[in-house]
Amino acid sequence: MAQSRHAVEKEQSTKITALVVDDNRINRTIHRRLLSNLGIENEVVGSGKEAVDAHCSGKKFDLILMDMEMPIMNGIEATRKLREMGNRSMIAGVSSRSMEEDIQEFIEAGLDDYQEKPLTMSKLISLIRKISLNG
Amino acid sequence: MDVVSQLQRQFIDYSASLHREGFVDDQFTQLQKLQDENSPDFVVEVASLFFEDCEKLINNMARALEQQQGVDFKQVDASVHQLKGSSSSIGAMRVKNVCINFRSFCEAQNREGCLRCLQQVTHEYSLLKSKLQTLFRMQPSMMAVDCVLLSLVGLGNRSVV
Repeated sequence: MAQSRHAVEKEQSTKITALVVDDNRINRTIHRRLLSNLGIENEVVGSGKEAVDAHCSGKKFDLILMDMEMPIMNGIEATRKLREMGNRSMIAGVSSRSMEEDIQEFIEAGLDDYQEKPLTMSKLISLIRKISLNG
Repeated sequence: MDVVSQLQRQFIDYSASLHREGFVDDQFTQLQKLQDENSPDFVVEVASLFFEDCEKLINNMARALEQQQGVDFKQVDASVHQLKGSSSSIGAMRVKNVCINFRSFCEAQNREGCLRCLQQVTHEYSLLKSKLQTLFRMQPSMMAVDCVLLSLVGLGNRSVV
């Protein structure tokens, strides 16, 4: 049952592109693998600033997986800046924080969704479904 | 067939013991599920990154805690936070749990408590590394057996023709 569900998700996600924004290379490796297993073309950057630079260079992504705590520019600031610049990607915050007050500022910066780390296949699939529903 | 079953059984039993003893949690199983024929060394690759990160962060914490002029607890906490994140991502449960305690001592600016936690995290990391390296050494044996079996099947088909 899980296999056929994966196959359906893979079919829905093959046209989606994603950007992984995380300063931790272990998380970048895992998130890339999760996305690749669903057939999602993806790129990685190591800070919020690089995510903003990617947007400024004209790159477009359907999904941005945004870590919260990063050096140079954190996820909150990066999300805020991307929204101010008119970025319409689905931005999903991905962080180890679980307390509501901790993530409230992150959500208010412009997130479409938030998932607590570690990111799993089922959490990623729920994000993909949202993209598919919103067209 | 008996050899294959034995090797598979050893691998499964050893994996189960890592879970039972709390060295790894379900997140490690999730990583194993991400591994496939396109990426056969994925778990080893992630574990190697984790080992490198751990060693670097543990060294950073040790240096920061050695400072006689005054410990920069924010710096120590930053390293512990990173280690907690990495251990959570790979499913290293015991290392992660020590990090949770460690952060409390950083917040309380308790040097003695931090030093005890540093000792514990170093110990847990060493144990985990040894266990995972043993697990990874079991994998090539199973792959070699698969290759032998495939070639035997090929010979069998030829003889039928």
